[in-house]
Amino acid sequence: MRVVLAEDLFLLRDGLVRLLEAYDFEIASAVESGPELDRALAELAPDVAVVDVRLPPTHTDEGLQCALRARRARPGLPVLVLSQHVERLYARELLADGDGGVGYLLKDRVFDAEQFVDAVRRVAAGGTAMDPQVIQQLLLARAGDGRPLGRLTPRELEVLELMAQGRSNAAIAGHLVVTERAITKHTSNIFAKLGLEVSDDDNRRVLAVLAYLDQGR
Amino acid sequence: MFGPVTRQGALGETDRMDDAGNAQNRVGVRVRERVRTVVLAGARALLLAVASLAGSTLLLVLLLVSLALVPALGLGLLTTPRVVTWVRAWANWRRLVAVRWGGVRIPPRYRVPPADAGRWARALWVLRDPATWRELGWLPLDATLGFLTALVPAALLLYPFEGFALALGLWRVFTDGTYVGWWYGFVPIGGPGSALAAGVLGAVFLVASYWLTPPLLRLHFLCTRALLGTGRRELAERVRVLTETRRDAVDTSAAELRRIERDLHDGAQARLVSVGMDLGTVEALMEKNPQKARELLARARQSSADALAELRDLVHGIHPPVLAERGLGDAVRALALRLPVGTEVTVDVDGGRADAPVESAAYFAVSEVLTNAVKHSGAARVSVDLRYADGALRIAVTDDGRGGARVGGGSGLAGVERRLGTFDGVLAVSSPVGGPTTVTMEIPCELS
Repeated sequence: MRVVLAEDLFLLRDGLVRLLEAYDFEIASAVESGPELDRALAELAPDVAVVDVRLPPTHTDEGLQCALRARRARPGLPVLVLSQHVERLYARELLADGDGGVGYLLKDRVFDAEQFVDAVRRVAAGGTAMDPQVIQQLLLARAGDGRPLGRLTPRELEVLELMAQGRSNAAIAGHLVVTERAITKHTSNIFAKLGLEVSDDDNRRVLAVLAYLDQGR
Repeated sequence: MFGPVTRQGALGETDRMDDAGNAQNRVGVRVRERVRTVVLAGARALLLAVASLAGSTLLLVLLLVSLALVPALGLGLLTTPRVVTWVRAWANWRRLVAVRWGGVRIPPRYRVPPADAGRWARALWVLRDPATWRELGWLPLDATLGFLTALVPAALLLYPFEGFALALGLWRVFTDGTYVGWWYGFVPIGGPGSALAAGVLGAVFLVASYWLTPPLLRLHFLCTRALLGTGRRELAERVRVLTETRRDAVDTSAAELRRIERDLHDGAQARLVSVGMDLGTVEALMEKNPQKARELLARARQSSADALAELRDLVHGIHPPVLAERGLGDAVRALALRLPVGTEVTVDVDGGRADAPVESAAYFAVSEVLTNAVKHSGAARVSVDLRYADGALRIAVTDDGRGGARVGGGSGLAGVERRLGTFDGVLAVSSPVGGPTTVTMEIPCELS
């Protein structure tokens, strides 16, 4: 799997290259600035891009803008955005096209190599990987006005949270140490309570849940 | 062959006609615009004349009564601060219309009371503020001079109509043509002839008002500025305000640095020490007790994750990353998205960015006000309106909560007021009991 990587701090870039190579990714290019990233994304057609939000030359949200531009040029281009902080505002912009293949994680998530690599693979396969903190922000905002969420049991809320992060039923079952059947039951309950249409496709399901949580505001 | 030629001719002609028509049209549009401006200025002048006479007289009477009540069981001590706040609101409204209707800026120069001041200390502070006394002195002048300067532009527009009415036959009401029964300006109305003269004079007045009413209204605002604004003699006062706000700024930033130092020392730094120690132990245990070593490794990872989370919070408190990345508008949007209450944000700054310190002060001010609204007001909806106009950043935060918010009394708004004071910014709270509450902040600045 070919990866384009953009990170301006040498130590982090180097670490990410090593980590991804250790898990059999091929690093097509590892760049350190916005213009280089633009070029790499256009020319190398990677399977997935791992991008830091803040890049030179402006040190603002250069990386995010590059990623959004590249996805406009090639809809569905898998992009995993990394940042020192997560904002619902940015998550919303990344998810706006509804194409999937989007990840948005805190840099800290790299600490757990397996989960991080799992997220990269998921995004590359057209799935979603949202940072738990983004989901927390979404749930907090919905808690203020959303009666439907109040009807969920604590367990269902937990499942909803993991699902919104982009995990599959199997992964959720593994995380909560229950059978996959139990999770399937929870998810259909959740979808019924929230009035969402059930879909067999994992990715569509995640996008539906995220869209639901981000509604209105 | 003929077709194109004729068409060309016809085209040329319509072009010329269009030109003439356009020119006429343009003049028509200009005159219509001007008439609208003049009528609007006249109406506003009339409103101001009535308001300045009634409002300032009323407040002056209330003030005198209130002061007279001071010896009577100290009753005046309770009412005077209230009257003074009314006077301040009244003067602020006049400042507002001066800039909105006449483009005349009369910046208020109130001294910012200390953040921890209680109700009485604040009242005392307001009474000691020279700006208060200037406003009180302005009241009688506004009821006379202010009234007259507003009356003239209004009268210039309205008086002509009396002249027309006289010429059209109203004169009969006053005289049968044998004696002078009425005066229109300097014209004695004694019959149809002089009534006609009154009509002509009215027309002259009307023409004059076409040119003079708007500038005369502006003159009224300039008068108000001369009486209400800060003159040369207030420079000393300005220096004092600056000294105070500068001391505040230095105090605040020193306190901030102290807090950051403590947070780093007790937080991230301590955690990194423990990570290092754990790793050292792991090195020693790796051979002897791999199981224990693995536990310690997990703990080290957790500690470093915690350190990162702490650093993130700290950074957010110093200068939120979104602010650096996207500017004030998006930073406030991101802030709103984090609130548990529905919050609507409108931003109108034409993509401009203020200086980083101003943006930062504005951001934390909005953040504090929003936190207040969510925590204390029980609001279900909050709206933030952020716009740049007349050389100042204006931010209005409105909530539909229970109201009753005020500066001071530990609401955090006093801190915001002081923070903004460094940038000559001001804060106004309108919060009747029962709501809604609107906190308006204004910071003069340039956008780049």
